[in-house]
This record gives sequence, C-alpha cells and structure tokens, in this order.
Amino acid sequence: MRVNFTVNGRPQEADDVWEGESLLYVLRERMGLPGSKNACEQGECGSCTVRLDGVPVCSCLVAAGQVQGRDVVTVEGLAEFAQQRAEGGCASGACGTAGAAGTTLDEARRWQAKGADSQTGEGVELAPIQQAFIDAGAVQCGFCTPGLLVAADEMLERNPNPSDADIREALSGNLCRCTGYEKIMDAVRLAAARQSEGV
Amino acid sequence: MDFLRPASWEEALAAKAEHPTAVPIAGGTDVMVEINFDHRRPEYLLDLNRVGDLYEWEVGEDSVRLGASVSYTKIMENLRAELPGLALASHTVASPQIRNRGGVGGNLGTASPAGDAHPALLAAGAEVEAESVRGTRRIPIDEFYTGVKRNALAPDELIRAVHIKKADGPQQYSKVGTRNAMVIAVCAFGLALHPETRTVRTGIGSAAPTPVRAKAAEEFLAAALEEGGFWDNGKIVTPSVAKQFAELCSAACNPIDDVRGTASYRRHAVGVMARRTLTWTWESYRGARNTAKGAA
Amino acid sequence: MTTANGAPTKITQGSKSKGGIGESTLRPDGTLKVTGEFAYSSDMWHEDMLWGQILRSTVAHAEIVSIDVSEALAMAGVYAVLTYDDLPAEMKHYGLEIQDTPVLAHGKVRHHGEPVAIVAADHPETARRAAAKIKVDYKELPVITDEASATAPDAILVHENRDDHHIGHVPHPNIVHRQPIIRGNADEAAKKADFVVKGEYYFGMQDQAFLGPESGLAVPEEDGGVHLYVATQWLHSDLKQIAPVLGLPEDKVRMTLAGVGGAFGGREDLSMQIHACLLALRTGKPVKIVYNRFESFFGHVHRHPARLFYEHGATKDGKLTHLKCRIVLDGGAYASASPAVVGNASSLAVGPYVVDDVDIEAIALYSNNPPCGAMRGFGAVQACFAYEAQMDKLADEVGMDRVEFRRLNAMEQGTLMPTGQPVDSPAPVAELLRRIKAMPLPPERQWESSEGSDVRQLPGGLSNTTHGEGVVRGVGYAVGIKNVGFSEGFDDYSTAKVRMETVGGEPVATVHTAMAEVGQGGVTVHAQIARTELGVAQVTIHPADTQVGSAGSTSASRQTYVTGGAVKNACELVRERVLEIGRRKFGSYHPAWATAELLLEGGKVVTDGGEVLADLADVLEDGAVEIEAEWRHRPTEPFDLRTGQGNGHVQYSFAAHRAVVEVDTELGLVKVVELACAQDVGKALNPLSVIGQIQGGTTQGLGIAIMEEIIVDPVTAKVRNPSFTDYLLPTILDTPTIPVDVLELADDHAPYGLRGIGEAPTLSSTPAVLAAIRNATGLELPRTPVRPEHLTGKA
Repeated sequence: MRVNFTVNGRPQEADDVWEGESLLYVLRERMGLPGSKNACEQGECGSCTVRLDGVPVCSCLVAAGQVQGRDVVTVEGLAEFAQQRAEGGCASGACGTAGAAGTTLDEARRWQAKGADSQTGEGVELAPIQQAFIDAGAVQCGFCTPGLLVAADEMLERNPNPSDADIREALSGNLCRCTGYEKIMDAVRLAAARQSEGV
Repeated sequence: MDFLRPASWEEALAAKAEHPTAVPIAGGTDVMVEINFDHRRPEYLLDLNRVGDLYEWEVGEDSVRLGASVSYTKIMENLRAELPGLALASHTVASPQIRNRGGVGGNLGTASPAGDAHPALLAAGAEVEAESVRGTRRIPIDEFYTGVKRNALAPDELIRAVHIKKADGPQQYSKVGTRNAMVIAVCAFGLALHPETRTVRTGIGSAAPTPVRAKAAEEFLAAALEEGGFWDNGKIVTPSVAKQFAELCSAACNPIDDVRGTASYRRHAVGVMARRTLTWTWESYRGARNTAKGAA
Repeated sequence: MTTANGAPTKITQGSKSKGGIGESTLRPDGTLKVTGEFAYSSDMWHEDMLWGQILRSTVAHAEIVSIDVSEALAMAGVYAVLTYDDLPAEMKHYGLEIQDTPVLAHGKVRHHGEPVAIVAADHPETARRAAAKIKVDYKELPVITDEASATAPDAILVHENRDDHHIGHVPHPNIVHRQPIIRGNADEAAKKADFVVKGEYYFGMQDQAFLGPESGLAVPEEDGGVHLYVATQWLHSDLKQIAPVLGLPEDKVRMTLAGVGGAFGGREDLSMQIHACLLALRTGKPVKIVYNRFESFFGHVHRHPARLFYEHGATKDGKLTHLKCRIVLDGGAYASASPAVVGNASSLAVGPYVVDDVDIEAIALYSNNPPCGAMRGFGAVQACFAYEAQMDKLADEVGMDRVEFRRLNAMEQGTLMPTGQPVDSPAPVAELLRRIKAMPLPPERQWESSEGSDVRQLPGGLSNTTHGEGVVRGVGYAVGIKNVGFSEGFDDYSTAKVRMETVGGEPVATVHTAMAEVGQGGVTVHAQIARTELGVAQVTIHPADTQVGSAGSTSASRQTYVTGGAVKNACELVRERVLEIGRRKFGSYHPAWATAELLLEGGKVVTDGGEVLADLADVLEDGAVEIEAEWRHRPTEPFDLRTGQGNGHVQYSFAAHRAVVEVDTELGLVKVVELACAQDVGKALNPLSVIGQIQGGTTQGLGIAIMEEIIVDPVTAKVRNPSFTDYLLPTILDTPTIPVDVLELADDHAPYGLRGIGEAPTLSSTPAVLAAIRNATGLELPRTPVRPEHLTGKA
C-alpha cells in the first residue's frame, strides 16, 4: 500500500508498504531516517519514540497505514522543531513547513552518516536538550538517546520546571542500559535550567 | 494481509461485517507487538484511528460515555473526578508513550486478565457499548469477560464506547509489578465505595483466567458496614473487618504460577491490596464526610 | 559495487572540545549520536540488499531427523536457504577458545534457539515467512539442566567427542573446565575458628540486554571476498573465527566496526556474522541481518547462573581463618568463555580479603541450558554475591560492625592472593569502605510531601501499592575485587597506528585502532592521549577495522589500559620520530635540541623548561609521520591445574557500595533509595566518563539484585521470558541517585597509573542491595534476584 505523511515538516510518500510494517520500519528503511531506534519493537524501551501529531509515541507500535495524512517529528528533526518552537512557531508538533519540497525516495536512500564534513558535527545547530545530553555526559552507546531526547524535549515543553520525580516519571518509558540514568537526569536538569535562564 | 482504513464508524462496521476475522487496531499497543514478534498474521487489519468519535467522551448525569480510543493520558488528565479508579489505573499503564496511544477499547478487545483497566471498570460498574451492522447492544462488564483473552463480542461487533458509572464515592486502584514503572501486572486490585447504594464493588486483575470481582468480599463488607452503622457514623473500619475483607478477596482469586509471580504470592498480594485500598478509600470517605459536616 | 550506506567515517575533534588526559572532554561522536546521524550496525543499508533470517530450534535437546527447505526455497523473493550441508569449508564450527559451536546445527540441537537454517530474501517479512516454511523433524532427547543431571552415571554427553585441552583434567566430559585453588591447609585452619559460617547461594542468569540488537551488513566483494560491517567487541577475534568457516583467507574477509549499541560481554561471541557472510557469498548480494529482541535473547550468551557453597571461619577477635568453597557455573550448551570465567571465579572467590588457608573449586558445566559466557564482571560477580553475604553473617556471629569486620580483614598492597600472586599496587579496600560508610545517609521518608505520599518515591512506584504502609528501610554494604585485562598467560596486546601531519597549517594527529567503541568512550580517551603526548589540538579518530592490527577485546576493563597504552606508546614513537626530524632540520640552530628533554605542546616543540624550539608545522612541512605498533601489558602465567598457583592476573580493581533501600515488607516490593559507590580508579583519564561507567555498572548490579533474570524451564530447558516485557531492566524510576567517590591511587605498572574500571562497580552493587534488603526484612535471601515472593514467603 501507499502511505503519505509529513516527517519533520516535509511531505513524504512511501510505496509498496507491507501492511504489517510499523511506522518505525518505514522511517528507518524507507525514508532514510534511521535515527529512531529498533531496540525492542514491543513498546518497552522507548528507543523509537517520535512525536505523532505532537504526542510522543513508540513508532514501533504504530502501523504504517495509521500515519496516513499525519505529522511525525523524529530525532532528525528535533533541532529544527525546537528552533521553530523557540521562535514562537507552533509548539504542538503539528507544524509542518508548508510547501517545503519533500525528500524523494532516492534522496532518502542516499542517506549516510554525515558527521558534518567528517568532523564531530561541532558547529551543528542543536536543540537545547541535545546539547545538554552531550555536555552532561548522558550519551554512552547512544542507542537510547534519540528516544530519550524526543521524550525529554516534550516533557520540558509541557513542564519547564520539573522536579526530579517528574523527570523520572516522564522518562520511565525509555530504557538506558549504559548510564544508570544519573547523567540523563543531569542533562534534563541542565536543559531545564538553561531554558529558564533563556540561554 | 490487508489494511482497511474506514473513514467513519459506519464504514468500520461495514468492514467488520464483511470481514469478521479483521483485527481492529487503534493504539496498536497489543496488535503491533504480536505482528512485530511474528505471533500473528491477521488477514485484515482494521484501522480505527480515523474514526474520530472513538476519541471523544461525554460526561452524563450518572455515567461517562468513554469512547473506545480515548487515551489513558486523556483519562488521567480529564476524568480524574468522574472516574478516579480508572484514572489511577490509567496511570499504571506501561509508559507515557503507551498511555498516549492505548485506550480502554483495546484493553477490552484483548481481554487479557492482565489488562490494567479491567479491575477499575469492574469496581466502578460499567457497560460495554458493542455495535455491528445488526445493531447496538450494551454488555454489562460482569458478563463481558468470558475466558482467557476471550470476550462476549460477536465476530462482527466492534467496541464503540464504555459507559462507566460516575464515582459516587472514593475509589482506589493498586497494582503489583516487579518494577516501579512500565510493568505488566503480577496482580491488580480495584475498589469502589458506592455510598449512594451503600455497596462496595471490587475488581481483581491477573489472578484468575479472567478479570473477576470478589463478590463474597463485597457482600461481607457491605453487610459489615451496614451493621456497624459505619456509613453514618464514619468510624474507622475495624481491623478484623478489613482482615476478613482481605481474606475473602484473596479467596476470590484463582491464579497460576508463571514467570511474573507465583499463585500463592498473587493471592497474598491481592489481600494486602484489598486491605490497603479499603483503608485509603474509607479514610477518604470519612474525610469527605467530616469536611461536609464541618461545612454544614 | 556501490558503497554501504552508514559506513563509519573519520571523526575529527578539536575545534571546540579540547583537552588532554585528566580532563572531562566530551565524546567526539556525541553530536552524531544526539542528532540521529550516528550509524549503528542495524542502520546500515545497501542498494539491492537482501535480508537474512535465522530459523532456530524450538526445543532444547534433540536429534534432527530431517530438514526440508524445499517450500521455503520455492517462495517468490527468496534467494537462498542454507543448512549445515551447505557450509562451504572443512571448518564448520567456531568458538572463542574451544571451537565447539556449529555454524548451523548438525544432526543435533543442544539448546533452545540454536540456529538450524538461514534464509535470504528481498524483504524481512518474506524471509520470516520462508523460515517458517522450513520443516524440521526433531526427535527429542532428555535434557541436562544442572550438575546432578550433567554428572549422573548415565548422563548423555552434551558433546560426544571432546578433544579440547580441558578434557584431560575435568572429572566428567559434561564439565567444561575445573580450577581448584589450594593454599595453606583449610582443614587445619578451620580448627582455629571460633565461628564457622556456611551458606549456599544461587545467582540467576543475567542478560547483557544491550539496546542495539545484533546486526550487520555483509557485502560481497569482487575478489571473491566479503566486507562485513558489524557491531562487535573484538574485530580480530571475529575474523579468526569467520574466515575458516567461509573457506577464505583472512585478508579476503574485511571487517569494519559499525556503530555499536552497547555490549557488556554479549558481543564477545559471534552472532549473525558468519550467517550474513554465507548468505552474501552464496547470493552475490549484500545481506543485512538484524535480530529482534526475542531473537537477541537467543542470539548471544548470558551471564553464568551459579550455585555457590561457602564456608568461612573467624576467630573471636574477628580474623578470618579459612575459606572452603565450591562454585558451580552453568555454561550451557557451548563453551564460549566458560573456561576463563571459571578461572576468574576461582581465583577471585576469596574476595578482597586476607585468608591464608583456602580450598576453592570452580567448575563450569556443559548442559542444555542457554550458552553462557562473558558479561561485565565475568565470574567475579557471582563470587562477590556469595562472599559478601558470608561477611555479613560472620560479622554478626563475631558481634562486630559489618564494615569494621571487612576493614579488619581487608587486603592491602603486598597481600598474597590465594593464587600466591602478590598484590603489587595500591589495594585501598579498607579506605573505600571507610569512605562509603562516611557518606551522609539520605533523609528518611522522602515520599512524604504536603500533598500526601508521592508514590513515585515509594516501593511499587506508579503502581500505587503503598502510601507508606509496611515500608521499612535497610542499609547494606559490600566491596569487591575484579581483575583487569586477560589473565592466565593470554598474550593480551593492542595495536595502534598514529599518524601526524599538518593540515591547513595546523598539526593533526590521526589515531587508528581496531578498538570496538561500544559506548565506553575509548574514542574520547584516545583523542585525549594523542593531545597529551603530541601537543596537538585536532585529533582524527579513524574508524575501527581490520586494516590495522588487533586491539584485543573491549572487555575485562582492559581497553583504556591496553589500547590506551598502545595509543600512548605509538604517540611516543611518533614523537621521537618527529623530534629526530626536528633535530635533523633545526638541531644546529639551538643546543637544546641535543641536550634538553623535549616535549610537544601547543603545536610546538618545547623544552621541559618551556622554551619554544620550533613549530610542528615547520618540522613536518608536507610530510607525515606514521607508526603502527603493538603494546603489551606485563605477562601473566596460567594457574596450576591442581593448586591454582600462579601469577595469573595483571591488575586488580576495587569498588565498594552502600545501598539504602526501602522495602514494602508486606508486598515484597523494593525501592532502592540510594546506591553510593567508592572506587579506586588509579588515574581518571576522563572523570566524566569514569563516573558514567561507575553509575552504569552499579545499575546493572541493581538489576540482577531485584528484577533481571532469564528464567529457564527446569523440565524443558526452554527460555520462558525472552522479551523486554518479562525480562525487566531497571527504569529511571527504579534507579536511585548514585553518588560516586573516586579515589586515584596510581598503579605504577599501568599507563598514567590508571586502573581498569568498567566492571568493579557491577560486582559489589548486587550484594550491597541484597544486604540492605536483608537488613530491612531480617530474611536470609540466599538467591539473587530476589523477587516479591521471596520477601513474603510465597515462593
């Protein structure tokens, strides 16, 4: 079947989708957007968290056919999404960049790890939560990171001054096996503090 | 596999009538796991995401008509006053991501004894609004669960909504899992006090082939409360009453040993939860009563 | 042939995050990882690629009567279906130490989930459907599940014709390896004991549960070889096992490390590597294999479950008299790392204590349970759980404070291990215990707030099981000892290639190793070492591959020590070469070139007095200096097979924990409130990463204390919970604050004085949590993980 939807503000079309495919599979294998991760495919780990019409969901549990006409934000679009929100644009997640040209399947398939000119990506524009994860040492293997970033960013959007218990509750659907979560707590606290200072 | 995308409720019913084996998918939190893990390859998937009124709820005089796909997050955010037991149960469901997608319709459709909503629905009192092209009917929740992962729906029926009695007294919900979040119930317990009818209702999850009520315990407690004049005098429920209520709740279980827990533990834990939730609800009832008295 | 998408590229760091050793520089791959651009092995993609699928056994032990692949082969979209009979080379087995694992089952399956056949198809669903159409007829055999069934007189042999080098000294062919450690005379010493404490303990089967599933992409090459992009812990060990089975020389199997989503020991053994290569070579097309979580539980080895029998004695003034112990590890169907795990368990069975008279025996069984091998802590974890429970019991018997009892018996520098090996670097066991005990305790009843009880801070958490009822606090302590690096005479070395040149007028160092970056931060440390040694700001990290010599395994807490040591060594050699060039070019201009100690700093050659002699750019001009060199830590010896004597270990690592728990004693639910750690790290090359390692290791120890366990049916030997629904990892709500006190006492034998740190925190965390739960409940709790039914008497 064919599915049309918006990803990170750009209209996308996927063809020949098997009916049992998940949104996660379509993003990773058909859209060239492997940032959302496939760690459990049963909604237990949160590594595939994306925003579907603004709401954080496990993309492994959304059937591809269910996203027809809907709006998805993935980790790849998080920096731009946060930027638009900061500029007073739409913060609901339903803010597609109207009229932007879609990435063709061919372009998508040419995706590869860029690393900003084979550098570390230093100088790349990041969302505050992304920068905070780097600065606080919240990234080790990094496999849980994309899902955590999407979930944490959404929590800070709703609750700019979370208590530790609030952070733990909001991130309780995202497993991390490397860090013991302490540096993730530090990162979210750091992002919240920077946000409230307007940095 | 075919993916059916009805745009309206009527189209959904027609599709289900034409393809009774079609598996409805709404939040996807059960169905997609089975597909991803190759446990299930239905001939048809019937997507209900485009049926808008499944996401709506209406608060009526006596009950709430809760659309089958209203997410657990929405229930927690919007219906805490009307459906406190279900709102508490919703908060124990999996993770924020799952609560954003899953709804009571899915819990009922799957009818797993471990579904988190069931004990709250049983305790509050509810009817499932099932519909097919043949018409609509309301199935009392006590008659809905017919076996392990089996329910009273006919093959051509879909769940449209659940009619849940608005709380007329305190309700509580408690669930045991071996993790502090994102965990499937080892067992669960729901309790609702109904001061208007001077009754209590219970619901037990994951401790029998289906979600069940502890009817003997309910009857015992209602009688004990009545006899002691507790509803009126607002005294503390005596420990012996609480203990017997707990024992009767344990006795209502018919659990198994599995990887999540032993049968013996489940029976025990249901008793502990019964005693604690009784204390919490009763304290709340007394508090509300005393506040009302103070205001008068 | 086009290139593989997602192939790793060089990463250059230095314009923003500088810093040499000792500084908390940030990860060079951090930005890629937070933007989703970092390509993990499961993200790899290639034009025209096929998907591989493995058919696994549905039973634990059976003869294979027949396999019929005809229906699967006939399906549209299916390119190949292979079984044992299709294997192309003489060699059809692999294994880390003993090559006992068939690439595909041959005549028999020995454990639930063993690979039987493999499929390549154009869509993963097609591959799955085809695999489901393969008909395998099994004739089930009795299962061997424990020591009794393994060593029964009529026991079926898990491996019929063993010819490995352990068979000569094991008491039964169903025992992989046995290592006794005998020192002094335990029986005699026991007579001096005023108190004797015996215990039998059980340690459950833990899964590494790295989040990035086993995966990789095999691309056939024009020369008949294959290029494999894969997530692994040791490229060259993989290569040595893969090439013979493919019938290819090693230079025709090119391997590149793709992004690794965690490892923890679970990627030391091969998983999909050979299967993907076989399918790629057979079809002539690139083949990708990605396990799902269900398959991942069968696709790698687990931590050995263990039964441990311990007897300790102590005098009335609290001195340990003797230790008798027996450790039975279940290695499952294939050997994997079992022999080395036995070596660790036995040689570290005494813990970080002085006991002169010991009688220790450790064995690993062959059984039909899931194969077990490496996991963080590697044999030392199981022992620590038992000896720390013993220490608490003994302290109570003697009537001493539990921490003071441990301090009284703590080993120190100069202590002889039960193997006779002297501990020849700092062993601050007593000091770590003192520090952990001195930390302030977290306040009581933190769940109470003006709005009532915050269930998120109570046992049961969001499940709303208690508002404070039945909740009792407990505190527990534990300390452990872990060896660092590969032991017992293994030639443990690493290779590093370092290149120095000028790019755009700026000196740049490039570090190329085959080290598997699995998340630990080795790449961060390599850049730091290059900056410190070569005085450059910019460092380029080359992707890890087999175009450079082996870097050994990312395990055994060894990478910073050994590959870090190799990078340091290569940098020193490069520096010497650069200085030689400088002397040649500029030596006549300044006498200091010949007389002073010269350093590279800030892109310049300077004297140790700080005088600048030349810019590196002028020394190097357009030339480059590149050196590849191996580096070894000091050699070790095997343990004597009868007495266990020998200088078997390289270095030891110590950590201590204090756990504070709150237990709902009626429901048996546990909330860990705080899990403080003190650890000696020798020298923290990157303090931020050091703390991250300690906190992560601590949390894995917490998991096996209260929730993580692979449950194997004792009757069928089948795994009952291969999913994240029923194999529970700690969530952020289960994990407490983890204050860390880092001690830095240099080990003069190691580069920069560092100590391998990754594993020690996983050891003592578990017994500390158990001790705290025992403290709260008064229960004995001889097994881990402890489950609600154990705490309520409802098991």
